[in-house]
Formats: sequence, structure tokens, C-alpha cells
Amino acid sequence: MTTATPDAPPRTAAPAEPPLLPTRSRWRQRLSRWDVKVSPYLFISPFFILFAVIGLFPLLYTAFVSVHQWDTIGGQGDYTGLKNFVDVLHQPQFWISLRNTFSIFLLSSVPQVIIAILLANVLNANLRARTFWRMGVLLPYVVAPVAVGLIFGQMFGDRYGLINSLLNSIGIDNIKWHSDVLASHVAIASMVNFRWTGYNTLIFLAAMQAIPSEVYEAAVVDGANRWRQFRSITVPMLRPTIIFVVITSTIGGLQIFDEPRMFDQTGQGGPSRQWMTTTMYLYELGWGNQHNFGRAAAVAWLLFLIILVIGIGNFLITRRIASAGTSRKQLRAEARAAQKQEV
Amino acid sequence: MASVPMTAQIAGAGAARRMARKQGLPAGRGYGIQRRPRWVTYAILAAVLLISAYPIYYTFLLGSADSGYIAQHPVPSLVPRGNFFTNVGRVLGADVHFWKSVLNSLIIAVVTSLSTVFFATLAGYAFSKLRFRGRRGLLVFIIATMAIPTQLGVIPLFIVMSKLGWSGHIIAVIVPGLVTAFGVFWMTQYLESALPTELIDAARVDGASMIRTFWSVALPAARPAVAMLALFTFVASWTNFFWPFIILSSDNPTLPMAVQLLQGTYFKDFSLVMAGVALSIVPLVILFVAAGRQLVAGIMQGAVKG
Repeated sequence: MTTATPDAPPRTAAPAEPPLLPTRSRWRQRLSRWDVKVSPYLFISPFFILFAVIGLFPLLYTAFVSVHQWDTIGGQGDYTGLKNFVDVLHQPQFWISLRNTFSIFLLSSVPQVIIAILLANVLNANLRARTFWRMGVLLPYVVAPVAVGLIFGQMFGDRYGLINSLLNSIGIDNIKWHSDVLASHVAIASMVNFRWTGYNTLIFLAAMQAIPSEVYEAAVVDGANRWRQFRSITVPMLRPTIIFVVITSTIGGLQIFDEPRMFDQTGQGGPSRQWMTTTMYLYELGWGNQHNFGRAAAVAWLLFLIILVIGIGNFLITRRIASAGTSRKQLRAEARAAQKQEV
Repeated sequence: MASVPMTAQIAGAGAARRMARKQGLPAGRGYGIQRRPRWVTYAILAAVLLISAYPIYYTFLLGSADSGYIAQHPVPSLVPRGNFFTNVGRVLGADVHFWKSVLNSLIIAVVTSLSTVFFATLAGYAFSKLRFRGRRGLLVFIIATMAIPTQLGVIPLFIVMSKLGWSGHIIAVIVPGLVTAFGVFWMTQYLESALPTELIDAARVDGASMIRTFWSVALPAARPAVAMLALFTFVASWTNFFWPFIILSSDNPTLPMAVQLLQGTYFKDFSLVMAGVALSIVPLVILFVAAGRQLVAGIMQGAVKG
């Protein structure tokens, strides 16, 4: 395998060269060959070392912690088997946190993807000051989630809030954003949507622009109006992008912490934990009053498994939905029909 | 062969338009028959812009008021009140180590951006242009790690950092951010198309070592993507909260932590809190005005390839 490096053959050590200084040349030849062989691994090693230390090892070690009694300050205690998991699963707060997490996640990701696609379709026109409008949708992305949480926490004030005042002016009574379960979830989801819709809009916009214009021209010739073009060409062609966006928002969305943490000043997730998410619960178990790393680790692993399952499920579902227009089966059927016609 | 968007990036918009004309592509993209959109489109976009910008302006409005005004005016007047600098002075004097938090956030963001860019370009160069055993598999592995919720490993990470004596020091925040899977993937994608293999071969023939080739050939070619990756890393680092909140203490905070501390301590005086929030937002808004164009282009390029 010495010369199996077509990209960068060690020409300095070509045998055709007259060996003027045999020992030195051989030494250089060996050095160069070693350089070519080892360098790629050296170049990629920083990522793998770091991932092993701060990614893989912690996740595996979390499993180890989760089967022990483990005090945040006191450290490792006895092996307890699955006791931490059983304890956690018997805590009503764990289930409340799961409910909250999923509710906030659905309220943020579903509208977000829909709005982002529609908005991308609006941006995908021959606009004047194109970059300006694109920057306009992206602006919220640079505001930290902590800041968004605080700002929206104030806007969604129960009595003197901006949103309630606006609602009053169109004849709707005050909504108890900080005590009603669903209302608090809507408020927190709106923070997530505020920060990420524009980002995802640009992803969809880029994908839309990659759709060849011939497809649209053909549709226009066939008499398709703009809505029909959007439904039958744009959305199906965005399939891989939709999958990508949904999966990334699942991974991030189910770990949500910053926004609900900042929704009020106590950071407990509400007086009766109306908006306490699972990551907040994890934090409270580990670094709150309980100082129980064992249980916190059990929560971390449960959430990890849930995200894994949802992620895979999402992948399968989105693939099915997004491909409804042009599934492979359908394409094959069409191809067969076309063949038959030719024959 | 150079594509139109690549030309736009390397040689500017004019060259890209010329190239698009030559290739017979429409200069604007999207729907085949291009016409200027009607005012409805602009009205929608203006509304979106308003929703994007208003919360930021609202922060400033509240930060320039006082608590009495805020309690009486849930919808603040669009003209700011005169208390902003008074409130800023109170934030800086508050017991949340505001200056220290700014410095900490700045150090962490700059160091992680530089290091991510360097290591990601190094790895991206290897993955896109060098041949070695296991290349494909390792790259797939890196992409797969992006789907792992590593945030859930905080407990062992906390234990390790405490054992190292790093708990409470910003090095505990810097080290986990030294290089990201996203960065490696990003640079691999970019260098694949932007760096001609002939250039590398030429450097090798001239006797340059592998690392020298990287430094003198690959790194300069990667410059546009490097700038974008640095921007994204900077924003991510500046806005990061969960891990610093766990590992750092309140007397050595990052900026988002200082904002959280303000909320916890002065929640009865919201004009002060909002002045602090406004201060924390300002640096990134300035960065956005200066480099938002690159952020937009970065997201869109990453999306097409990713």
C-alpha cells in the first residue's frame, strides 16, 4: 500500500532520481511516506479525541452513574441497580415534565416548519433588496435564548403584559400565561418560534432555489396556478430538507431548557410545574435541593432514549408524508405506464 | 468546474451574473418566468420584519423607562424614555459582575471560534482531499454524532471537570467547544468543491510536507467558509447558557448567566433587567448588521449541500 495515494504521491522519493546521497535520500523517502500515511489521521484526530472525552464517554458514564447512589457533593455511593430509574418513573414530576416538553415541542416545531416553508415561498420571488429581507427574517437568531425568554416572559405578563393588552383591545379577556398550562406552553413555544423560524426559512429558501426552473415552466405550460405549483412541486421537492429540519428541531427541542428557565424569575417551571421541562427536571435533581446525581443520570438516559426513538420515528414519518406526492412506487408505476405506451 | 454561486462568492456578483448569462440561466432564480412581485409580498415581509425587530426594540424601550412607567404602560410608547443610561449605570454597578461576564463571554467565543475553525478546516481538508483507510466511515460517524444529544452527558462532564479542578473556571466551557462535528462537516463540504486537487499535487511536487500543504494551500482556499464558520461558532458560543450555568459560579459568569442573575435579583425592577438584556444583545446586533449577509449566505449554502 505504499503507492496507493494517488492524491499526493511522494515524488520527492522517486526511484528514477540518481542516488547521490543514498542514506539521506532513503531517510527522506521514509519520512515522506510516513508523513503521507499518518498526517490524515493526525488532521482528523482533534475531533475524535474531543468527542470521545466530552461526548461519548459522558453518555456512557451517565449510564454508570444512573445505576448507583450518587450524591452531587458526596460522590459515588452503593450500586443500586435500576432503583433510580424506578424511582424516577414513580415521580409524578417526571411525567409532568415529559408532558410539558412534548407539548412545547409540538407547539413550536409544527407551526414553525409550516410558517418557514410558506415564508420561504414568499421570499423566493424576484424581490427588490433581497438580502435585506433575508436578513430581516434572520435577525432574531442572534438574540440569546436567555434574553428571548426574559423579553417574552415580560410580554406575556399575566396582568400588565403587552400581549394581553393587545388581546384586550380586540375584545379578548386576559389570558393567564403564567398559570394556565397550555397558555404557558404557547408562550414558551412562541419564544422558540421567534428565534428559529427565520433560520429554517432560509434553509427552505435555499432548497427551493435548487429546484430546477424547468419543472415550474412545465407546470405553467400545463396550466398549474401558483398554489398548485407550491403544493405539487415545491413541497415534494423539499422532502430531504423537511426531514433535516424536523430531525434537528427534535434533537434541540426535546432538550429545551433556557426559555422555560427564564419564563419567570424563580426558574422552577411555575408554581405547580406547569412549564417545567425534562431538562429542567434533570437540572433540579442534580443541582437543586436533592443533590441526586443518580436520579438525574437516570432522567438523562431516559430522555436520551426518547429522543433517539422520536428521532427515528420522525425520520420515518416525515419521509412518508413528504413523499406522498411522488413516492417511489408511484414513480415506478408511471415509468411502467410510459413503457407500455411506447410498446 | 465552478458553479454560479461559487463564482458569486469568489469573484463577486457581477461575474456570477455574467456567468449565469453565458450558461443561459435566468439571472434571478426561482420560478422560470420572473416578474417583480406585487405590494402584498412586501407587506407580508414588512410584517415579518416588524415581528423580528420589535422585541429587540421593546427591550430597549423598557430599558429606558422606570418600573413605575412599565407597570402603567404594558404597551410602551414607541419613543424611548430618558432613563437608559441611568439604568445601564445601575446594571454595571449591580452585584452580577457584568463586566467580568462580558469579558468571559468574549474570551470563550473568540477562543472557541478560532480553534473550531482551525481544527475543522484541518479535518475537512483530510476528509475532502486526502486518501486514507476508513475515510468514508469516519466521516459518516462524524455526521451521525450531530444527531446525538450530547447535552445529556452533563453529569459525568461535571464530575470530570470538578476532578480536574476546572469547575468554576471558563476553561471548563472552552474545552468542550474546541471543535464541532458541524464544523468538520461544513469544511469538508466546502473544500470538496473549492480546492482543486492539482493545487495540492503541485505543492507536494515542490516538496511541501502535508502540514505545510495544508497551511499554504488549503487554508487560504478555505477562507470564505472559514469566515462563516467562525461567525456561527461565535454566535452559538455567545448565546450558550446551559453548560456554563452548570459549571460556572455566579461570581465568574458568562453574559447570559449575568442576565439570568439580573432577573433573579432585580425582578421587581424590570427597567434595570431590560437595560441589562439590551446590553447583552447589542454586540451581536452590531455583528449582525456588519456580517448578517455572510450569516444568510452561510445558512443557505449549508442547506443546499447538507
